Amino acid sequence: MSTPALRLDRAGLIFLALTLGAAALAPVFALLVPRDSAFAMPPYVVALIGKYLCYAILAVALDLVWGYCGILSLGHGAFFALGGYAMGMYLMRQIGARGVYANPILPDFMVFLNWKELPVAWWGFHSFAYASLMVMLVPGLLAFAFGWFAFRSRVTGVYLSIITQALTYALKLAFFRNDFGFGGNNGLTDFKDVLGFSVQSDATRAALFSISALALALAYLVSKAIVSSKYGKALIAVRDSESRVRFLGYRVENYKLFVFVVSAVMAGIAGALYVPQVGIINPSEFDPGNSIEAVIWVAVGGRGTLVGAALGAIAVNFAKTYFTGAFPEYWLFGLGGLFVLVTLFLPKGLLGLLNMRRAARPAAAPPSPAAQEEGVQ
Amino acid sequence: MTLAATDDPKLTSTLLYLDGVSVSFDGYKALRGLSLTLAPGEMRAIIGPNGAGKTTMMDVITGKTRPDEGDVYFEGRHDLTRLDEAEIAELGVGRKFQKPTVFENHTVSDNLLLAAKAPRGVFATLFGGSGAAQNETIERILTTIRLADLRQTRAGGLSHGQKQWLEIGMLLAQDPKLLLVDEPVAGMTDAETAATAELLREISHDHSVVVVEHDMAFVRELGVKVTVLHEGSVLAEGSLDQVSADERVIEVYLGR
Ligand SMILES: Nc1ncnc2c1ncn2[C@@H]1O[C@H](COP(=O)(O)OP(=O)(O)O)[C@@H](O)[C@H]1O
Ligand SMILES: [Mg+2]
Repeated sequence: MSTPALRLDRAGLIFLALTLGAAALAPVFALLVPRDSAFAMPPYVVALIGKYLCYAILAVALDLVWGYCGILSLGHGAFFALGGYAMGMYLMRQIGARGVYANPILPDFMVFLNWKELPVAWWGFHSFAYASLMVMLVPGLLAFAFGWFAFRSRVTGVYLSIITQALTYALKLAFFRNDFGFGGNNGLTDFKDVLGFSVQSDATRAALFSISALALALAYLVSKAIVSSKYGKALIAVRDSESRVRFLGYRVENYKLFVFVVSAVMAGIAGALYVPQVGIINPSEFDPGNSIEAVIWVAVGGRGTLVGAALGAIAVNFAKTYFTGAFPEYWLFGLGGLFVLVTLFLPKGLLGLLNMRRAARPAAAPPSPAAQEEGVQ
Repeated sequence: MTLAATDDPKLTSTLLYLDGVSVSFDGYKALRGLSLTLAPGEMRAIIGPNGAGKTTMMDVITGKTRPDEGDVYFEGRHDLTRLDEAEIAELGVGRKFQKPTVFENHTVSDNLLLAAKAPRGVFATLFGGSGAAQNETIERILTTIRLADLRQTRAGGLSHGQKQWLEIGMLLAQDPKLLLVDEPVAGMTDAETAATAELLREISHDHSVVVVEHDMAFVRELGVKVTVLHEGSVLAEGSLDQVSADERVIEVYLGR
């Protein structure tokens, strides 16, 4: 029987070594190694990989609900974007009087819209602690409210996926509106500094990179602890045969709700780390396509493995960066083709490919298509 | 939902009480005024041709299907028509499905762990490990269901008969007051069937059991009171010899 102590498999240990190693070494290569050395990490590489790390956190969060509980969320990008907006609001208020209109309180876009007062939603965002709280609270509360109704009404499968899409789409439309109060079409940008450090400086960028790598390691450890517990075993059981779990006396809706909220909070943190690194957040982050892309990362990397999800996010985004540079108009075909190839030939994703030669262990296997949903008579 | 609905002694002395239960699916009446009572500690066999409504009856008792009409009480005071699956399971009603449904991606012992009687709340399972007492129970059940050597095997890799047994083991781990067992020997060899009958008799020493089966040899081995279901209501009730001498029963079974 399992003890509560966390036991990591080989892939998990390698993953931790890599993320912690990256967190420790990136500042060295970015700041200490001379610029003209072959080992130097140019600033744009730091920013690019830092961005991938945030996507990897989002992928781990998505894998937690999809890979282990069977909730195919096509709206996880919304939680990511909300976390991003919360951080963006803090960064906007840090600009203070250095904006174009030099208003010490109101961000430029509000002055431009002739607003006289700071909207209530923006109160408190001058404080980093408050903004950090909102980074977790806003996605968490939205996930709670959404999950409360959806899981209690037993909305599952395709229907659930569709309403998660609708959720992110609705938010996109709302954030597009100027009078919604979050910068409309242009979103939030022109950030100056975070906690007093310039967001443009190499040192800040290297620090954000390291924090993202640490956050990824932490997200992995938390997720791994969750799925290794008895709760996690019940989650997998819900994924494979939901009604059977109910007949054993488990309140399935609560099980789903908890993991959904944890996952949304994780996605929010990912978004908050992403925004200072890319320097902008706008309503396009709510685009339904983003959420679907995140699902593809997880599928490509290996659903129900956590490590695979992170791997998939990084690998697909590397490919995307290359493709959109080399043949921009073909990227979507490439992505679609990759998805089809992986589903047909690599049901366990890239991680499965890497594990191929290793003896398969039975416990906590990824979902087999045969054991999906219902079938309880 | 534990209010005493009535003080009717006929009701309160029963473990399970069904009265005038009707269920229809798109106009087709799967149950028509089904009435049945089970005394505490009793084991009952339910027989009846395919489509008689046996599985639907279990669906009603376990909260999967809501009856259109009729009363369903557990322990004389819990109105099962108002509770959902998890609440009914918590009261102490366990069920084995007609088609064996175990958690294929979990090991045999994890299947038992999930079924085992223990707090079911999110935080209880998130932070609580499995207690020593629970491990002992699981070990004992593994022996009873003859899967001790396969405890670390993925349940999806078990044979059909072994899955049926694992599911019975999950029922035991759940330790409910009432066990509902739907066609436990379907697809089993004769030897497995006999062993299953023995297992159920053993279980019935300290549990109330309802077994649905149409394997007559198996029902004979159980040696308990039999209820015959036909077209959604009770056709006859009594010992196996009594009901098999009943002309209407003979007609239903042979006249088809
Ligand atoms: N969910 C359902 N929808 C429609 N018809 C159903 C459903 N469940 C059962 N039935 C019908 O109800 C009748 C009784 O079925 P069932 O209870 O499974 O019989 P048994 O278990 O005795 O073989 C059958 O005719 C069956 O087709
Ligand atoms: Mg049946």
